[in-house]
Amino acid sequence: MSTTASNKSRSRGGAQAGERLADWADGRLGIYSLAKANMRKIFPDHWSFMLGEVCLYSFIIIILTGVYLTLFFHPSMNEVVYHGSYVPLQGQLMSEAFSSTLDISFDVRGGLLIRQIHHWAALIFLAGMFVHMMRVFFTGAFRKPREVNWLFGFLLFVLGMFTGFTGYSLPDDLLSGTGVRFMEGAILSVPVVGTYLSFFLFGGEFPGHDFVARFYSIHILLLPGIMLGLIVAHLILVFYHKHTQFAGPGKTNNNVVGMPLLPVYMAKAGGFFFLVFGVIAVISAIAEINAVWTLGPYRPDMVSTNAQPDWYMGFSEGLIRVMPGWEVNFWGHTLVLGVFIPLMIFPLVLVSIAVYPFIEAWITGDKREHHILDRPRNAPTRTAFGVAWISWYFVLLVGGGNDLWATHFHLSINAITWFVRVGFFLVPAVVFVVTKRICLGLQRRDKEKVLHGRETGIIKRLPHGEFIEVHEPLSQEQLYTLTAHHQYEPAEIGPTVDENGVERKVGVKQKLRAKLSNAYYGEDSQVQKPTVEEYKEITSGHGHH
Amino acid sequence: MKKLSARRRHPLAAVVVLLFALAATGGLYTAFAPASKAKADDTAQSLAIEEGKKLYLVGCASCHGTGGEGTTDGPSLVGVGAAAVDFQVGTGRMPAQQPGAQIPRKKVKYNQAQIDQMAAYIASLGAGPAIPATNQYNPAGADAAKGGELFRNNCAQCHNFTGKGGALTHGKYAPELQGVSNKHIYEAMLTGPQNMPSFPNTTMSEQNKKDIIAYLNEVNGEKSATPGGMDLGGIGPVSEGLFAWIFGLGSLIAVAVWVAARTAKAKKS
Repeated sequence: MSTTASNKSRSRGGAQAGERLADWADGRLGIYSLAKANMRKIFPDHWSFMLGEVCLYSFIIIILTGVYLTLFFHPSMNEVVYHGSYVPLQGQLMSEAFSSTLDISFDVRGGLLIRQIHHWAALIFLAGMFVHMMRVFFTGAFRKPREVNWLFGFLLFVLGMFTGFTGYSLPDDLLSGTGVRFMEGAILSVPVVGTYLSFFLFGGEFPGHDFVARFYSIHILLLPGIMLGLIVAHLILVFYHKHTQFAGPGKTNNNVVGMPLLPVYMAKAGGFFFLVFGVIAVISAIAEINAVWTLGPYRPDMVSTNAQPDWYMGFSEGLIRVMPGWEVNFWGHTLVLGVFIPLMIFPLVLVSIAVYPFIEAWITGDKREHHILDRPRNAPTRTAFGVAWISWYFVLLVGGGNDLWATHFHLSINAITWFVRVGFFLVPAVVFVVTKRICLGLQRRDKEKVLHGRETGIIKRLPHGEFIEVHEPLSQEQLYTLTAHHQYEPAEIGPTVDENGVERKVGVKQKLRAKLSNAYYGEDSQVQKPTVEEYKEITSGHGHH
Repeated sequence: MKKLSARRRHPLAAVVVLLFALAATGGLYTAFAPASKAKADDTAQSLAIEEGKKLYLVGCASCHGTGGEGTTDGPSLVGVGAAAVDFQVGTGRMPAQQPGAQIPRKKVKYNQAQIDQMAAYIASLGAGPAIPATNQYNPAGADAAKGGELFRNNCAQCHNFTGKGGALTHGKYAPELQGVSNKHIYEAMLTGPQNMPSFPNTTMSEQNKKDIIAYLNEVNGEKSATPGGMDLGGIGPVSEGLFAWIFGLGSLIAVAVWVAARTAKAKKS
């Protein structure tokens, strides 16, 4: 097909250079069909759909700045004497990794700015992924067919955490060295194999001479490589599934209402990339991050207060800080529960949110595809679970920064630690109940609005003296939007005895499912949305205004 | 000798012996007692002690006891030395406003002359470290890099990498070191106020103290450079994380809302 096209244009005096180039590429790459299928791909418009873009762009920025940093960083733990420009460290013994980080900060052109862009972008990348994940969670975008993509996203978040941690450790400064020591302690607490694992990772006794070089390979090659692959897969799946959209008139489960990729989204996304880069660059230009020169080189005999990891590892710091220092001794072996239990809860915190979509799918038993998003209030139990999880995470973050809470709010660090210990169990439970009540209240408000219209604030006095507020009926579009959501019926086990009086076996799993389903969709967990009959009865004017 | 021995039972003999004994001890004392300072100086010192005692009785005695012996409300001041008084009163910690986990730094209530008088009085109660002279704490020519190493090894556990302060147990804290004068930093190391351990010259030499002061002036002074921009309190990842969330992600979300609000609209026909 492309050959005939080019023959025709040649007969009119030769194809243009661009067309010939495109033809050449199409013959080898098949770009025409690819472009035809994807150029007019429709994406819906909502600001919260751009959170993933923030992550993608900050990831690209991290890779670009990271490449620049590798040109000057020496991942070596050889000891050198510093003779660079930073006076308060001159003549000090330090690893080459630390001294080259100082050189990047003070003696490489643009080095400090690039370092700060790299680090700020990393913090924003992780924060963006967190918020993006919550957006997907609260709108139910993880439902079929997107469960796998949810897992890809979750994996990206976890890998991002560890990529960040290994990167934070590379400068071999006193703060990051303390973090690596923390990790070593956690590994050592693993029963039986802990010591072996630690010696394997550090090439002998901590800190050894290897870990910077090893973390370097992991930080710049292994983890980002996996992440890049996952990001590509994540985006391919977004294209394949098509983007979800909020309910509204004209929007169904079988269509996508929005603008085409080309030219609208290409322009918007391209522009947004530069805006993200711009914001991160401005922040990096005005605010200092990880000023390693004030921290000094790592030495295992030194430690400072305010030794915290970057925010995404903060909850693990909290787990360690609030855990009582329990220890069990038997047969000459010590089991350091004070470290080992937090090490076990660490993955549990993350996994509890990752497996949620599968639990919900099992409870609803819903096998349909969902392309229309939920409003969080219309899934009260899910929303309550999500908010409870965030509060759990936040309580642990408070624990991780307990010393700063103490100094900045003039509190006792012991009181904060006890608050976190109790709050670890109590806060999520309270938040769960409160959030659910708020969601139900909002559902009731929606119902009220649909049936009685919007409160206008106009007070009218009737001839007989009664005061009434004028309610304005909603438009058809608004009515549709407020009532479009599907409400599940709680699952029933059914009669345990069949028509012949023979007892039917009901499995434990089935009973649990019915119980959970009732908790999710029973009378106390959702407000029945108004029916057409209800609406008609009220709007027909029998007794109501 | 006969005459003397004859009178040995005389009623006044005991008095005479006593007189001789007193004269001998008095004479020996004046001969061997430590040589006192110049007479004029002595009066100034005793005058200062006198004045200091008056100030002490008004401002300090209610907690520390009328003779500095300490009560249930305040520790004994015998042997704390003049340096401790100069630090505690000179930084406004004393007189304390109220009991608590720790006595905070506040507005100084006495002038330097009064502080010196109180210091003289407390020093007179028992030997202790004296107020350092300027050449003892002046960091000119000291090695800031060495001081940094010493600081990270001895001080950073509580005071943070650059002396931004940190939390201790039960509401106590290691204070921020910005704005503390060289003399007071020296005195704090020397005397170990409140929860701080003391670092006498036998464990940390005068030169090392100067190095530490030089380091603090370099990284935590009024004119310390922050080459990377705002230091966000200099307390590390917690404030950085907060900043990344609020101003980083916050402004990016604002930008996203702005971009999403400006979309290609279908032409109205």
